[in-house]
Amino acid sequence: MFNSKKMYVIVVGCGFLGSYIANRLSRHGHSVVVIDRNESAFDSLTVDFSGFHIEGDATEFITTKQAKCEKADLLIAATDNDNINLMIAQIAKKVYSVPRVLARVNDPKREEIYQNLGIKTICPASIAGEIFIDMVI
Amino acid sequence: MNVLIVGGGKLVYFIGRTFIAKGYTVSIINRNREECSKLARRLKATVIYGEGSDLNILEEAGASTVDTVLAVTPRDEDNLIVCQLAGLRFQVPRTIAMVNDPDNEEVFRKLGVMAVSTTRILTSIIEQRTGFEEIINLMPVGEGKVNVTEIVLGEGSPVVGRLLREFELPDNSLIATIIRGDQAIVPRGGTALYRGDRLIVITVPENHAGVIRMLTGDKR
Repeated sequence: MFNSKKMYVIVVGCGFLGSYIANRLSRHGHSVVVIDRNESAFDSLTVDFSGFHIEGDATEFITTKQAKCEKADLLIAATDNDNINLMIAQIAKKVYSVPRVLARVNDPKREEIYQNLGIKTICPASIAGEIFIDMVI
Repeated sequence: MNVLIVGGGKLVYFIGRTFIAKGYTVSIINRNREECSKLARRLKATVIYGEGSDLNILEEAGASTVDTVLAVTPRDEDNLIVCQLAGLRFQVPRTIAMVNDPDNEEVFRKLGVMAVSTTRILTSIIEQRTGFEEIINLMPVGEGKVNVTEIVLGEGSPVVGRLLREFELPDNSLIATIIRGDQAIVPRGGTALYRGDRLIVITVPENHAGVIRMLTGDKR
């Protein structure tokens, strides 16, 4: 899935999903920057996390500028708020031309609309739901 | 005209009230139950309780029948998504998002949504005012018979770009010196005035206000 070249990755949101991704990518040798509104969220990063973190609101343009979004190879919007994720994903794609952008979208109804706009979305509910169904049917 | 407003607070109330007074059909989506009750009591509008960026709520509010959607929540991201969903899913012809971060005005435009930054509007009004406030009464001379005033020519000044001889100052008034950068110029008829020039102006009390108005364009 990911090539072996070292990537500059921005992860927005350092909750369960964001920190999981950030920790793993960092271990894989990629250069990771994590953005979260709350300093305490960064406690979820492991001790061997070798990247940077920025405390800030990613919906403020100045924050993505500070994270040098224009240099990112990959941006993952992983906050628990669909609207924030979709806004940041679009900004990454359209304003900063980040080559690969992924957005977590909790509400499956919104997925289709944004996929039509060229945003790759991950819906934890549908994915987990399918797995559960597979296990029981 | 049929308008859907998403948001809350006094802003939504007054926007709603204004549009209703103009005869528009107004519906409001608000995510606070109590606020919805209040709005429904005070305004002749359809009030829907829920999230404006939820497709089901937009449908319930009749988004497919409206001409305009105004997203004025305090969160830029919600306003963006409301407008996009209204346009893409419900084909609403005009959508406008309020933004707090003035940088987002340009960002939203790139994403295809018209945005208005309240921050920018207010700060630019304040900046225009300073044009008028840059009038300093320098010193009393001649026992109060003469005023010497420094005026900075701001953006709204009607004399910027004109030659001194093109406008007529009243009797007993004079532009004594123009300070431009670090130069002091004693002007003649053919001297042109530029924005940012600091004029040292001599007036008498009778013509003082008129001369200030003529130079700054301020109608107060």
